[in-house]
Amino acid sequence: MNETELARFVYGEARLLDEKRFDEWYELFTDDAYYWVPLVPGQTDPLAHNSLAYEDKLLLKLRIERLKQPTAYSQKPASRCLHVLQAPGVEKSDPARGEYLTRTPFMYTETRGDESQRYAATAWHTLVNTPKGLRIKLKRVDILNADAALPSIQLFL
Amino acid sequence: MPAMTRYRENPGALRGLIEDDRVHRDVYIDPEVFQLEMERLWSRTWIYVGHESQVPQPGDFITLDIAAQPVIMVRHSDAKVRVLLNRCAHKGTKVVYDTSGNAGKTFRCPYHAWTYRTDGSLLQVPLKEGYEGTRLYETEAVRGLKPVTHESYRGFVFARLADGPGLHEFFGDSLSSIDNLADRSPEGELEITGGALRYLHNCNWKMFVENLNDTMHPMIVHASSAGTAKRLWEGKPADLPKPMAIEQYAPFANDYKFFDDMGVRVYPHGHGFSGVNFSIHSSYSAIPEYEEALKRRHGEEQAKQILGTVRHNTVYYPSLTIKGAIQSIRVARPLAADRTVIESWTFRLKGAPAKLLERTVMYNRLINSPMSVVGHDDLHCYRSAQEGLAAQGHEWVSLHRNFNAEELQEKELTCNGTSEISMRNQFRAWRQFMAP
Repeated sequence: MNETELARFVYGEARLLDEKRFDEWYELFTDDAYYWVPLVPGQTDPLAHNSLAYEDKLLLKLRIERLKQPTAYSQKPASRCLHVLQAPGVEKSDPARGEYLTRTPFMYTETRGDESQRYAATAWHTLVNTPKGLRIKLKRVDILNADAALPSIQLFL
Repeated sequence: MPAMTRYRENPGALRGLIEDDRVHRDVYIDPEVFQLEMERLWSRTWIYVGHESQVPQPGDFITLDIAAQPVIMVRHSDAKVRVLLNRCAHKGTKVVYDTSGNAGKTFRCPYHAWTYRTDGSLLQVPLKEGYEGTRLYETEAVRGLKPVTHESYRGFVFARLADGPGLHEFFGDSLSSIDNLADRSPEGELEITGGALRYLHNCNWKMFVENLNDTMHPMIVHASSAGTAKRLWEGKPADLPKPMAIEQYAPFANDYKFFDDMGVRVYPHGHGFSGVNFSIHSSYSAIPEYEEALKRRHGEEQAKQILGTVRHNTVYYPSLTIKGAIQSIRVARPLAADRTVIESWTFRLKGAPAKLLERTVMYNRLINSPMSVVGHDDLHCYRSAQEGLAAQGHEWVSLHRNFNAEELQEKELTCNGTSEISMRNQFRAWRQFMAP
């Protein structure tokens, strides 16, 4: 995998979120994958320290299925989001094992009705080659002000 | 500004906001009522500051606002915890601005270097000869950082900013929930750990506090999250271990009977808990290694009794709410009539296996995070009520469920779990402290 191919994957992943194609987005993850939004800068422990989110595929599935429910009251009106990405950079590359780490600073906007929130964040994708193609093993999103008092963030950064 | 002074000089009007079985919408939306709440209810009662384990060493401090007042909780060189107003005696600058840290032996104001010991006493003022012959030494300034009345119960530090009842008189037998949380530690000690989730709520603080023992909402509000969790696990083989996340989410979708049978108990001064008989935490998988450690400390009988007390939410009115069974607390920090920060903290039980803390942290993340799908639907309803209560000509909020005039004579009362007794009980305390 070269830098262009990895970047294309990261851009495509963000686009699925922005277009709310969550079922397709879910398929980008390996079975043992995690989506992690730490609570503090440099956090190393997702289990003994609080995080904003640390979700395995079961919990991601729950989140996605919930969004389809007519009783998801906090989605009336529905939220929208847009990721504006800086060019992803390859931080680590292990072609022999087919494992890569990319770093992507981005601006995230989430709106709902008249309300709008904006976050500066950095995404770290741990990507692996699988028979189905490139997949996400870990997506870590460090929100610049993750430790601030935050309102509801309802979609996926 | 007639609209802003309807209540300050009119205790009758304030008392009139609370009836035995309903409350006026102004208690949630009126900015003057909010201001008076900070000056009265939140100053005359015991407000949760922090846990002693946050300041283990001399000089360790945390800073925060309680009842809109900036305070420092610090451990002094005599090993005792102090609560001080964070306001330089000179010009008012906060003497420390970090939210936590170690001050060493002194707080030195960053503006003009007035310096205080960690018990608040004034140590030195630069060029003090300039004050000779002035009235400075006759003023409160020389007494340093103003101490706040505070008391600790099993490591939980509470402060009372104005005159009011003593801590034990105020909390009474409701303290048994803090006992149960602390007794769950195999070493008898708790340690706050893992940081605090801070969730900004654009609603009145009471909506959050009341909701914790509102057992008529979970099966409705959380149908999309807990209901989905239940469905995702349906049809799985019975011998397949249930994931912790499913164990934690699914009971929110339990039926009315479950929540009614849980039971609720209330105490004087607004305190109370649901989950007298059992709760949504009762059927978590056992962690045998932990139960053994607890038996070694307390003996079989007492350990069984401690673990068999599985309360849902206990409200220490108005600021602190605890979940002993899952070792977490939620603290209301009101900012305005329609703005509240909810802090959610997690405890490590000293001597317990790591898995117990992981369970606590997972629960906190799933339920109390700004990214929680349970929290999203709760907050949506609070905010929606905050907006809906603007409706004029429909002035009252109903708290009639299972009201019985005999309850007015009772000090401590145990009822069916879906009664709105806990809210009525909170508002009776509200009236007592707002308009004595």
